[in-house]
Parts: sequence; structure tokens; C-alpha cells
Amino acid sequence: MSEINSGWPLWEVFVRSSRGLSHVHAGSLHAPDKDMALRNARDLYTRRNEGVSLWIVNSNDIVASDPDAKGQFFESPQGKDYRHATYYTKSEGVKHL
Amino acid sequence: MAAQNESGGNLSAVLSPEEQAGKDRFDAIIAEDSRIEPRDWMPEAYRKSLTRQISQHAHSEIIGMQPEANWITRAPSLKRKAILMAKVQDEAGHGLYLYSAAETLGTPRDVLNEQLLSGRAKYSSIFNYPARSWADMGAIGWLVDGAAIANQVPLCRASYGPYGRAMVRVCKEESFHQRQGFEILLELAQGTEAQKKMAQDAINRFYAPALMMFGPPDGDSPNSKQSMEWRVKRFSNDELRQRFVGMIAEQVKVLGLTLPDPGLHFDEESGKWIHKELDWEELTEVISGNGPVNSQRLERRREAHAEGAWVREAAAAYAAKMARKTEVA
Amino acid sequence: MSAHDIDHSLDSFGDTSASATRVTPGNALRPEDIAIQQTAPGEDVAQYALRLGDDALILAQRLSTWISRGPELEEDIALGNIALDQLGHARSFLSYAALAWDKTEDDLAYFREEEEFTALHIVQQPNGHFGTTIARQLIVSIFQHLLYTRLLDSSDETIAAICAKAVKEVDYHRDHAIQWTLRLGLGTEESAAKMRHALEILWPYVAEMFKDEPLYDALGDAGVRPSTLRAAWDEEITAVLSDAGLEIPKTGSAMSFGRQGEPSEYMGFILAEMQVLARKHPGASW
Repeated sequence: MSEINSGWPLWEVFVRSSRGLSHVHAGSLHAPDKDMALRNARDLYTRRNEGVSLWIVNSNDIVASDPDAKGQFFESPQGKDYRHATYYTKSEGVKHL
Repeated sequence: MAAQNESGGNLSAVLSPEEQAGKDRFDAIIAEDSRIEPRDWMPEAYRKSLTRQISQHAHSEIIGMQPEANWITRAPSLKRKAILMAKVQDEAGHGLYLYSAAETLGTPRDVLNEQLLSGRAKYSSIFNYPARSWADMGAIGWLVDGAAIANQVPLCRASYGPYGRAMVRVCKEESFHQRQGFEILLELAQGTEAQKKMAQDAINRFYAPALMMFGPPDGDSPNSKQSMEWRVKRFSNDELRQRFVGMIAEQVKVLGLTLPDPGLHFDEESGKWIHKELDWEELTEVISGNGPVNSQRLERRREAHAEGAWVREAAAAYAAKMARKTEVA
Repeated sequence: MSAHDIDHSLDSFGDTSASATRVTPGNALRPEDIAIQQTAPGEDVAQYALRLGDDALILAQRLSTWISRGPELEEDIALGNIALDQLGHARSFLSYAALAWDKTEDDLAYFREEEEFTALHIVQQPNGHFGTTIARQLIVSIFQHLLYTRLLDSSDETIAAICAKAVKEVDYHRDHAIQWTLRLGLGTEESAAKMRHALEILWPYVAEMFKDEPLYDALGDAGVRPSTLRAAWDEEITAVLSDAGLEIPKTGSAMSFGRQGEPSEYMGFILAEMQVLARKHPGASW
């Protein structure tokens, strides 16, 4: 927060659209504190029955992976086909397997 | 972020190896029509151009609340009052979705807001025309929101992820906006003579400004080419205007009213709709601040912002007090 | 481009936020359903519904002018939601009352004169600054919440059904007012002073909310005597104000008789604005 404002911090909003589903990131908003953030999220992101539950996280509290580290972080699983059922072709046609 | 090349020479010449790697990744992502996300490396020009475009879009939603909010207290039936209220409220929501998207590019909302209040930022010039009659609620919904949707649907695929996602949400919500506008006009067109006249008058006033919402003709649109290369924009101004004018030319028949463009026709040979010359000088005037209500619109925003200052301060002060209390406890 | 086209074209490029933008209207009782229902209320219940409807309508009319003028955009939306809820309640109550007189909600909203309205003076009070609006919301929403909760047991099924939806909404309004009362009361010196002043100028109109009138004798279990809500209201608002570092003002009570056809001076302006267009085109459909 800079000193020009009373600027309200940024919050990330996650909405669960119905029971049994995960909360999904819907967007963000500004609010002075967590209680108002929750209420603002209700007003902003569930005007059309979009949700049954909300999560609010202060944007600064999100820990994100570094996009520049994509290689070391996310490419290792490539080539490890044996983690997938489709790798095992010899058992094809065997029932209930 | 990126080192500025003051000599104005080839930018890639001054990129550090890390930046060059970032640029290569950026180019590859754009080339494969994938999405750029906030923490990816991106050229400064891309960041700047998107911040400008998204925030202008957000400002337009916020200023665009005013002509319609102007009629909430006078809506002629309680049902229409509820619909209009919900619609104007949606526009505040759309403004917020878009400010959120713009903020992911690194400029906080209060800075963007300051650009609007100081008159430095632009917003859609259509909102600098007054909404004088109830039929304007219909014309704004049908023509203005209609033009906006035609512009926005392709933006759902904009290369910048947060912008595209915000647009998906906006477009879904906007579909009711256009329909309610059309139905207002339909109701008026089938009503008394006075109502019908009101509807025709509103269409007459909003037709040309709505067509100008797509921006200047392709030949005079300097930013378009770069924006298409970055896959932010998908269709040219004229292409979108063509699609739109074709749609409303048919829809107006359902209303039993006319567009103020007697020569409007589809030219089989060129495969194009030929509409009347638009007054681009007028658009330039409105953009530069001389539209009928530019001054009024901005002042209303300034007032709301100034009058809300003590409230925002109080809430921030309360939050700080509570945070201290939690720390102590 | 139709709504269908848009949905279709959005689907076609992989809507990543689909699960967060699922849209359903839900299946709540709507004013439109009430307007076509078969059972009309008797005169007394209709008069009662008229009172509840008028309060909600005038409050909605007042609140709606905050949209595009709030202290922050998020608050434009919050106050917009509250105004929409109140308008919804007004439409339900008025649609129901109208059945008794072979009229519509719009006949009642747009074609009655000032002295035919029955709204309490508290809801007619101007928005003032944000603190005044919050103080008015606090006073009214605690009242409406207590009232609608009791009306869940109304012997009149339609009144009970309207309140079943409305009570959840006014509960939220109450929460909104409480949250802001805390923040303004405890925020800065300036906000606390503004809040104290707002409570002082509004307090004279509190007593009227709890005045019984002969109508309640006839209503029996269909209605709730407002005087029976006072103790619970006092207790609740005292607790909120105390948490917010504020006090119950020492101001007396105004001689206000909104229920008896004696509206405030503001009412003429409110109606002039609300009714102008409808009255210019009598009989027109919108």
C-alpha cells in the first residue's frame, strides 16, 4: 500500500460452484479486510447463483512457481509414459483390468 | 524490466540473455496461439498496450453506468426498474473484472483510477452522449451493448490470459443486456404513437455513434496491426463493423422501425454492407473531450471518489487496528 | 448475435472459467408468480402487504441512487444488491396487495398519490453521506429481519412465503450494515463523528417503526404487532453500537405518521421522480 491511499489490498476469489466440485479461481477484488473481502466476493462473483462456497486469499499470500523455471519444474514428467495406463499394451483386451 | 534502447535501434540488440530467452518464449507462445500469463516475460510495449486497452475498457464500463443509472429512479415499471438496476450493477462488476485483469500487468487500480479522474485515460466515446429518454435504455442495450459484444466476443481469445478470462465472464453476462434493450424497444414499437416515436428517435441518435464504437476505418487505425500480431485483436475494425451492421439491419425489421441510413444495403459484388459515411471528425471531437456530456461524466466520478475518501480511510484504519489487535493477542 | 450464439462461440474456445460462471436462476418465489396466483388477500391483509411493500419500495428507490456513486466500486455493487433485494420484496408484497383490488404492482407504485402511500418516515429519509445510509440501513434492516422472521409463522401463506425468501436477504443487509457500522464507528475520528451525527438525525424516526395501529387487531396471526419487536431490536442495536464505540442517541421521537397517510416532505420529490414517466403515458405498456 502506498501512502496516497487508504488503498484497499487485493484479494483472490475462489468459487465452488456446487458441492462435490473444487473451488476454482474466479478473479480478484479490493477490500479493506478479509471479512469485507468475503462479502464483496459474494456480491461480485455470485450474482447469478454461481456458487455455494467461497475462498478468499490475500493476493500477497499466494506462492507461485516461477514461469522461467518451467523446464526444471514441469518438464520432468514428460517421457515417463509408464505412469499412464495406456503404456501397458500387452494386457489390452483382458477384462476388468 | 526490459532495457530501453535510447538510440531507437534494434531492441533485441540490448536484451540480456535472460531477456532474450524470455522474448523467445513469448514469441513461441504467441506463435502457437497459446496464452501469456501475468508472470511471463513480455515486451514492455505489450504490457503497456494491454494495460491501456484493458483499463480503457474498464473505465468504459464504469463511466457507462451513468447514462443508465440516470434512469433507474424513473423506470416506468417495477420490472424494468429491477432489470435496469441489475444491468447497471453488472457494469460495475465488469469494470471490476477488467481492473483486476489490468492489475495483473503491474499497475494498481488506484493508479488506473487516477488516470481516469485526471482526464488522461480514455474511455468509450459512446458514453459521452446523453441518455435523454427511456427509449435510450433500449437503444443502449440493443445497439451499444450489441456493438460491445461484437467487439468483445473475439477478445475472449486474446493472447493475454487474464483479459480473455475476464471477457468470457463479461460476454456471458452481457447477453442479457442486449436482449433486454431489444425488448424495451420492441415494447415501445408496439405501444402508443408517442412510445413508437420515442423508440425511433433513440435509434436515430445512437445508430451512428454505435457504428463508430468499432474505431476508425482500418486504413486509419495505427494500433490495430501490432495488436493483431500479438493476437489481442482478432478481427479488424471494419470487419467487426460489417458483421454488426448486417445483424442490426435484419433485427430492426422485427422492431418495425428503421435505421437512419436509407442507403444501407448489402452489395453482392463486394460481399459488403454499404452504410452511410460516418462523421469521424465528430468522433475525434468527442474523444478529445468535447462530446455533449464528457465533463459531466468525469465530474460525477470525481465526486463519488472524493466523497468516498473518508469511508475508504475509515475502513483501512479499522483493518489496521484489527491487524494490530491480532498481533498483540 | 444471440445469447445462444455467444454461449456457443464461448464454448468453442474452451471456457476456462465455466465452473465459476454457471448460471441458474434458481427457483425462488417471484413477484410474477404472486401476481397470477388464485387466492387474493382480504382487505386487512392487503393493507398490511401494502405497508410492507411501501417500506421496501421507498427504501429501494433511495438505495438505488448509490449505484455509480459509492465510495468504492465494490460498494456500488453491494448497495445495488441490497436495493435489488428490497425492490424484489416490494414487488412481491405489492403484487399480493394488488390482487385484493384488481390492480397490479405498477398501479400501486405509479398511480397512487403521496398521501395514499403508507411508508415509514425512516425509509423516506435521504441517503445523506455513506454513514447516513449505513445508519438508516442498520435501523431498518435489524427491524425487517426481526419482523420477517416472525412472519415466517404468519397465518397468511403468501406473506409467510414472501418472508421465507426475504428474511435471508435482509439478514445479509443487516450483516452489511453491522460490518460498516463497526468500520465507521471504530475507523477514524472523522468517520466516528459522521456516524454519531447520522444516528442522531435518524433516531427521531425509530419510534414510528414500532407503533401499533388498529389494523393489527383485525390481522390476528397474519401480522405481527410491531410493538412486540421493540425489546429485541433495542437489544440488538445497542450491542452493535456498543461494539462500534457508538451510543444510542438521546434524541426524542418525531411525530411521524407515515402509516396514516402523512408522508414526509421528501415523499413528493421521491414520487415525482419515480412516477414521472409512467404518468406521462397512462395505460402504456413497458
